[in-house]
Amino acid sequence: MTGFSTAPLWYATRSTAIVAFVLLTVSMFLGIAATQRSIASRYWPRFATQDLHRNVSLLALGFITAHILTTLLDTFVYVGWWAAFVPGTSPYRRFWVALGTLAFDAILVVIASSLVRHRLPLRWWRAVHWSVYVVWPLAFVHFLETGTDAAHGRFGLWLDIVALLSLLVAVAMRLSAANGPSGPLRSVAGRPR
Amino acid sequence: MTLRIRVNPVACEAHGLCAEVLPEWIELDEWGYPILDGEELPSQLVAHARRAAKACPTLAIVLGGE
Amino acid sequence: MTRAAPVTWPRRLLAGIGDSDDLYGGHLETWGPLPAASALPPAAVIDAVEKSGLLGRGGAGFPAGRKMRTVAAAANRRPVVVANGAEGEPASGKDVLLLSRAPHLVLDGVQLAARAVGADEAHVAVHRGSPAAGVVRAALVRRGSSDAVPVQLHEVPSRYVASEETALVHYLNGGEARPTFSPPRPFEQGVGRRPTLVNNVETLAHVAAIARHGDEWFREVGDRDEPGTLLVSISADGLARRVAEVPTGTTIGAVADRARVARDSAGAVLVGGYFGSWLPAAYAWQLPLTHRAMRSAGAALGAGVVAVLPASSCGIAETARVMAYLAAHNAGQCGPCLNGLPAIATALSRLASGGWDERWWPALERWLAVVPGRGACRHPDGAVRFASTALSVFAEDVARHRSGRPCAAAAGPAWLPTPRPAEGWR
Repeated sequence: MTGFSTAPLWYATRSTAIVAFVLLTVSMFLGIAATQRSIASRYWPRFATQDLHRNVSLLALGFITAHILTTLLDTFVYVGWWAAFVPGTSPYRRFWVALGTLAFDAILVVIASSLVRHRLPLRWWRAVHWSVYVVWPLAFVHFLETGTDAAHGRFGLWLDIVALLSLLVAVAMRLSAANGPSGPLRSVAGRPR
Repeated sequence: MTLRIRVNPVACEAHGLCAEVLPEWIELDEWGYPILDGEELPSQLVAHARRAAKACPTLAIVLGGE
Repeated sequence: MTRAAPVTWPRRLLAGIGDSDDLYGGHLETWGPLPAASALPPAAVIDAVEKSGLLGRGGAGFPAGRKMRTVAAAANRRPVVVANGAEGEPASGKDVLLLSRAPHLVLDGVQLAARAVGADEAHVAVHRGSPAAGVVRAALVRRGSSDAVPVQLHEVPSRYVASEETALVHYLNGGEARPTFSPPRPFEQGVGRRPTLVNNVETLAHVAAIARHGDEWFREVGDRDEPGTLLVSISADGLARRVAEVPTGTTIGAVADRARVARDSAGAVLVGGYFGSWLPAAYAWQLPLTHRAMRSAGAALGAGVVAVLPASSCGIAETARVMAYLAAHNAGQCGPCLNGLPAIATALSRLASGGWDERWWPALERWLAVVPGRGACRHPDGAVRFASTALSVFAEDVARHRSGRPCAAAAGPAWLPTPRPAEGWR
């Protein structure tokens, strides 16, 4: 496989990875936040969050795909084309790449199920969608371990920490709201309006 | 093409996205649940109605074509 | 004011009840054996029921023959028959009476309905812990293999909405006894996704009677357009609730007279059930018991309940108590009902017992307007009708209560029964 200069591909792989990870995190954040009443206002309806979540997810998928393609095309490290879909087939950093592969497989299923949401029983769609709580940690660890920025530099590590914290905040908001006043089935018995 | 829009009250959890997308037709009561009268939709609202059905997180908006 | 002379009402469904302890033997003596399929084939059953003009006795009043014909015509799958004896209406006693004193008439009706629609399985539903359960179980054992179609008895949770058609079907399908979103309705897709004929046990008892004596016999009695007899549950002051069989078209007043209810001191009558309507007594007395007449009076025949409010009771207090019952018995699935009914109940309870704030009134009116028609079943509709008719019939009382002068009777003992919901939905 001559003819491909590896340095631009190397940078492309790393940069698409960073953008993909940020987008994935933003998508997660939006997905968790979308369930809250409190994020909606007169100028920002909930369907806007819903739409944004969808578009960011698709964009993330685009960048993940670019990241995978550039990795596979790069001859500096040999990953092998199967590794895009089958975990554990990459000779380079077998385990950590496998986590990324697994995450990618799951993301494909989640997005595919969301595109045909209307034809699926709601319970199935929900069950598949909940797997993102496994997907994101997989991506997080994959990024941490295979991303040399994280291993040898400060930038990647900080990104990881910020991403993790933001999601913890989102989850905390969601959990506290479940006990608070913005749940949908709150009865107003006893209060005239 | 006539379309009627209904809500499945068992599936509905009062997220309210339907009323955001189709405020000309859907009003929310004081508890956040949509009030739909089951009448035929005017043709200019049909596309919005489909959008509203897609937006519902619990797929509670039901469209009936004729 | 003249009163109608006491009439002799024919005992049809209630014929032979109490004559003997042997329910099966007594049944055969009164009614004879079930006509065989060779003598009365499926098409003949449907014909007879259609010609008889029998209307469903579960509350909706839908023509029974037409319902049978629709289910029978379902081409691709074998239908199922469900006998609904889960009498959710506390003020009604007719279904339990029929099942515990004339179970074989009902079970004959089940066999005939199954024959008519081509069903290969049948179910009978009663409330868990009902006195009828043991009797029906024994009756099924007694009939054994003489029943062409196997019948299963089910004890459903004792809840008001459990007897709704789709709730029953959902329960029989392994789910909770909560109503489901329709369409599809059970006659299209019910138990096991098969077309399901759900009939009240009284309807089935009439079918069994018609099979013996024919549609013309059925039409000999009662109203011309809605013929036959009707089981009515009467409650009044100092009167143990009783069930009477009356020809359709009999006035409520005649029923009251027969039960020796003191008509002059009565102020209001509740007709149909807790999902029915209050009517001013003077107006109610001359109303015939037909679906037609009830509809034009803004009421409904419902479960055949006629409850005469005692002079010593406060209509608003009774209404508030029953509203609290109805609110507690909602299925917890649909927002407008599960939010609206408790809100209305709380407001009515404040109105009845004091602590009323006039700012509640516009809220109450708004709730009564916004709740009906927005649930998966008719529970909120019935509850709102019950409350709205109360406010209109007891308008004078309402005005007094609103101005802070509730009547002393409001603090009196409860009259209409309001049992607690059972635990669980399964």
